[in-house]
Amino acid sequence: MMNHKNLSIVLVGLLAAVSSPALAQQPQSPAVTVPEALGSEGASSGPLTGTVTADAWNDLGIAIASFATNEDVPTAANASGTAALGHELARVVYNDLRNNGLFRPVGPDALPRPSFTQITNPAWPTWRGRSAEMLVQGYVRPNPDGRLTVGCYLYDVVLEDELIRDGWVVAPADWRRAAHRCADMVYSRLSGESPFFDSRIAYIAETGPKENRVKRLAIMDSDGANHRFITNGQSTALTPRYSPDYTRIAYLSYADGNPRIYIYDIDSGRQRLVAETGGPTFAPRWSPDGRYILYSMATAGNTDIYRVPAAGGTPLRLTTSPSIEVGGSYSPDGSQIVFESDQSGTQQCYIMNADGSNQRRISFFGGRCATPEWSPRGDQIAFTHIVGDFHIGVMDTNGRNMRTLTNGWQDEAPTWAPNGRIIQFFRTERNSGETSIWQVDLTGRNERRLNTPVGASDPAWGPVLP
Amino acid sequence: MKKSALIGVAIGVLALAACSKKPPAELPPVQQTGAPSTSTPTPTPAQSTAPAPGSQAHFAAAMSGRDVIYFDTDMYNIDSEDAAALRAQAEYLLQHTSARATVEGHADERGTREYNLALGERRANAAKNYLVSLGVPDARVRVVSYGEERPAATGSNAEAWARNRRAVTVMIQ
Repeated sequence: MMNHKNLSIVLVGLLAAVSSPALAQQPQSPAVTVPEALGSEGASSGPLTGTVTADAWNDLGIAIASFATNEDVPTAANASGTAALGHELARVVYNDLRNNGLFRPVGPDALPRPSFTQITNPAWPTWRGRSAEMLVQGYVRPNPDGRLTVGCYLYDVVLEDELIRDGWVVAPADWRRAAHRCADMVYSRLSGESPFFDSRIAYIAETGPKENRVKRLAIMDSDGANHRFITNGQSTALTPRYSPDYTRIAYLSYADGNPRIYIYDIDSGRQRLVAETGGPTFAPRWSPDGRYILYSMATAGNTDIYRVPAAGGTPLRLTTSPSIEVGGSYSPDGSQIVFESDQSGTQQCYIMNADGSNQRRISFFGGRCATPEWSPRGDQIAFTHIVGDFHIGVMDTNGRNMRTLTNGWQDEAPTWAPNGRIIQFFRTERNSGETSIWQVDLTGRNERRLNTPVGASDPAWGPVLP
Repeated sequence: MKKSALIGVAIGVLALAACSKKPPAELPPVQQTGAPSTSTPTPTPAQSTAPAPGSQAHFAAAMSGRDVIYFDTDMYNIDSEDAAALRAQAEYLLQHTSARATVEGHADERGTREYNLALGERRANAAKNYLVSLGVPDARVRVVSYGEERPAATGSNAEAWARNRRAVTVMIQ
């Protein structure tokens, strides 16, 4: 058993090893703060280009060992204490990578548990003997105020070298966020891609028979944890969208008997209409900076797209044709909007400037183009390709290079991961009408169903948490 | 003079719907007096459980199926069968002058959710416009779209989809 004095020495040694000047480089936030002594190592960020090719990084064998703790004490984050929490932290990292088809991870259940002192000083022969190419280790340290410091280290076993480290101070309730940040750190360092695990998803939870289905607004972490129903199901809820800062959700509700968009404030639980219009409003979308909301409104049966300041104000009508114009998704720079219209006779995808000017059709590949969503990277548009059955498709922003990613009976409503590498959508089963959320990566591989407590539709993936 | 104006509006509605593959509907015939063309529900003996005139139960019984009209895929035009049903609805509303109605627009499941909401709006408004063209005051008919969210038939086949592409008129209690 290690006593507190030894641990103090260990800790000093650990902290002393962090000699990088990159203290607290990352922006602070109430939920996750970078501990003073454990800034990210700024010197060696960037993918392993040169040593690992774009195709090869995903084949890396990664060992993810139990996170150690300096002191096994009770914590609000785990009924069994900080040592058990360390094991759970590693499992979250492992499941993030495994469930998304990233690397060849081996989890803590199948690995020896490193001691606290080994976190900064890996037992290389042990890991080499297990043919691990990469090693993720970490620790959890309880603080006097009840918060937790979580450190995360990525090592190259072959080179016996540290590639990157980071650390976070989190409230006990946010312990999973530290694990997601760790998984993001590993993924970003090895792939060169932007992070995405530390994010949330809003969606519609569905229960009951097809002819009388209850549809409730619900939210969950990107891995399905921390699930919460927001509405009670008394009135049908549809098509949620997180505000970019996660403080609000725009969604459709029949609360007053008509389909109308409400802006729901997550902290206060209050909501208000997106705009005081007489008509029904639907298909809400946020601008990337969160300052505007697009919505579609029907007037005497004709649906067009409008834009209104998110804080309230006078709506601006962006489309005027007598056909149905609906939806709309901003380019990441906010300058353009992709939307759908049936002015040609069938649903097709169009682009316009953010002020409604220069509208032009981009989809000419046969079938229909619906629910277009602009990639956060800016270079692709995902959409529902209707060719009898419904499939998820992606295309360049000029409508070229269309590719179909899924092959279900009815796959629709794509939403992008924050880094633009994965798409979620919902799938409806023939006859039963059962719905479920699925995801697929941009190559069309790693298709999998997400675990949700009940039926699920209309996923809306938010950005990486602030 | 009033009738010709109504017919003119009806022609306009029909002309808008001319893109349908269905044949154009015939013009609404000249109405008789206000007498309802359907029989009133038979009074139940003893208790006074007969639905009140203008109530949803009374309306549904009087319409016997003509409270619903159906549409082709992606269409929202009023064909001759729809027109006959809407005429019966209009007669009812003109006879029961305090009754107010909601026209609910629906779509089948073979569309995307938001487009179907817009399509349901189109259908409900097409039905409402026809009722208004027959003299029903605009203020007495509201519309709501349920998109594909409230199917009447739950199968995933052509027959079920045809039953779900509909506009349903219900009395506001």
